[in-house]
Amino acid sequence: MSPNTPISHTFADIKSQQHLAFMPFITAGDPDMATTLAMIGELATQGVDLIEVGFPYSDPIADGPVIQASYTRALDAGVTVAGILEAVSTLDRDQTPPLLAMVSYAIIFRHGVERFVAEAKQAGFAGFIIPDLPGDEAAECFDTVRAQGLDLVQLVAPTTPRARVREILKCCSGFVYCIAVSGTTGEREQVADALLGQLRWLREETDLPLAVGFGISKPEHVTPLKELADGVIVGSGIVRHLQRLAQRELTQDAMLQAVGELATEMVAATHSA
Amino acid sequence: MPTATAHVPDQGGRFGPYGRRFVPETLMPALQQLDEEYARAKADVAFQEQLQGLLKTYVGRPSPLYFAERLTAQAGGARIYLKREDLNHTGAHKINNTIGQALLTLRMGKKRVIAETGAGQHGVATATACARFGLECVVYMGEEDIRRQQLNVFNMRTMGAEVRPVTSGSRTLRDAINEAMRDWMASVGDTHYIIGSVVGPHPFPMIVRDFQSVIGREARQQCLDTVGRLPDEIIACVGGGSNSAGMFYPFIEDEGVLLTGVEAGGRSNQPGDHASPLTYGQPGVLHGSFSYVLQDDDGQTLDVHSISAGLDYPGVGPEHSYWKDTGRVQYTTCNDADALATFQKMARLEGILPAIESSHAVSQAMKAAADSDPDDVILVCLSGRGDKDVNEVARLTGQEL
Repeated sequence: MSPNTPISHTFADIKSQQHLAFMPFITAGDPDMATTLAMIGELATQGVDLIEVGFPYSDPIADGPVIQASYTRALDAGVTVAGILEAVSTLDRDQTPPLLAMVSYAIIFRHGVERFVAEAKQAGFAGFIIPDLPGDEAAECFDTVRAQGLDLVQLVAPTTPRARVREILKCCSGFVYCIAVSGTTGEREQVADALLGQLRWLREETDLPLAVGFGISKPEHVTPLKELADGVIVGSGIVRHLQRLAQRELTQDAMLQAVGELATEMVAATHSA
Repeated sequence: MPTATAHVPDQGGRFGPYGRRFVPETLMPALQQLDEEYARAKADVAFQEQLQGLLKTYVGRPSPLYFAERLTAQAGGARIYLKREDLNHTGAHKINNTIGQALLTLRMGKKRVIAETGAGQHGVATATACARFGLECVVYMGEEDIRRQQLNVFNMRTMGAEVRPVTSGSRTLRDAINEAMRDWMASVGDTHYIIGSVVGPHPFPMIVRDFQSVIGREARQQCLDTVGRLPDEIIACVGGGSNSAGMFYPFIEDEGVLLTGVEAGGRSNQPGDHASPLTYGQPGVLHGSFSYVLQDDDGQTLDVHSISAGLDYPGVGPEHSYWKDTGRVQYTTCNDADALATFQKMARLEGILPAIESSHAVSQAMKAAADSDPDDVILVCLSGRGDKDVNEVARLTGQEL
């Protein structure tokens, strides 16, 4: 498998510096795409390594309450796939870390796999995470994404047996998204011991980078992952600030500042030796 | 697409191109475990005997096949027979599935059950089965439905179930399913999800169809016994599609039997005014399955409307999509007004208050009967009784309870 993609280059760089990658997740279009672009700009300024952009979906069964509420706000405000792609295409690619589209297969299927992947690439996306497309059903998508020179990331859950992981990895590139806890996205207090064990044997199964998400929200979560993972993902911890914006607890500037501060702390935690 | 067969789904959960599994990885091992355990249970004589015994002595099966003489006279054509699922314990067909799945829960050694419910019939049937077997039970139900269906909420709670209000998204059945799936992702180790219809990821559409097929198997034999031959047509309502799947499935390879599914036509054929994905929707993904669905151009699920809470769902079971594309089942709609009028006709002519869901099927049966020969036989699945609907019917007809 050719590692010649923007995402694999990023992980290779990070690894050569003995850092972990930090990958925040944001919702596209909550409350509007101008805010989303401003957040991407702020995160880029803080030196995050990759950014996941969530495409709002009406029935996101993998997501917890914070992200679902954000999706609902964005959809109520009228966000569309075309609107997201158009806005993202205006970003300065030299100043923007690789972007991953976190998007439901319901949306991709409706647009057509070929068309969606081609249009997302055109807009500047480097890879895809499709949370409701398990490895068994992903072959067609994987071939299409790879043919475009991009990455399709697969998720591995705490409940996934090792034999099944081998099957899943056949349709996985870029990195492996390791779900830290059984359940949906959301913030948790501690990193589970079981996760650390799983990361150890995953390392034996693949050369792909291992990134940990779901339940990761603060710098303290990074320390136990240092030796075992290649990156961490924070979703609800970021999107929580969009909720505070929606509830008028924060102004837009204060929201951006809060997101920037969290990014600064996480970048410091992941980029310290 | 080739002719429909009863030998579906395949191991990947495919009904033709439909079905399959589009769920987060977290759920995949649980679905595999369920698939394996169900295959063992299906082949286990003791399990089947236990299920048959409970269906007989606890649910009250077999349910009668009843000749609706005055309804037939009013329609003026083919003879209409009603498969009386309304006479089951808890008043609907839903219990056929919940008893079966509760037994599966025990086989898997799980102690806790979750379920979703719209109008509350499946919630009550699940709470009933859980009380019977001493299982912990949590039912997810839209906040708005809880307000409208206080009787069913009270019944569930009385039987020891916890009813959890769903306040996310559309706050309807759709989001109750989303919440149940989320619960299951965090609880798969000790919890079974008893889904209420032939929807969701494989193996649920197959399991629910199999447990509901007792309806069609009985009806087939009862028709042979009383009429001396198979019926000319069978009609059932389709929301998610469990009573219709159970009614149709044993007849799929009886080519001479016309099968008709009736979707909720609602107020109009405009988006948001109906709940008829097979009639007005297109193939897409919802709740872990590939099937006909009502979506906008971006793949977002559309809001739906029906007078009947039990049919008020934007998706449909994947086997129905397979039957539609193969032409084995024809699908049509019945609007709110016709369903309401039929509810009242059934009350006056037959002394039966049908569920407003089932009224959709009876309405279509009266039309089909009028166009048919008096020697023809039409079977209708009367999937439930209408007690739960009297508040809504009273409101719509300007009466006070």
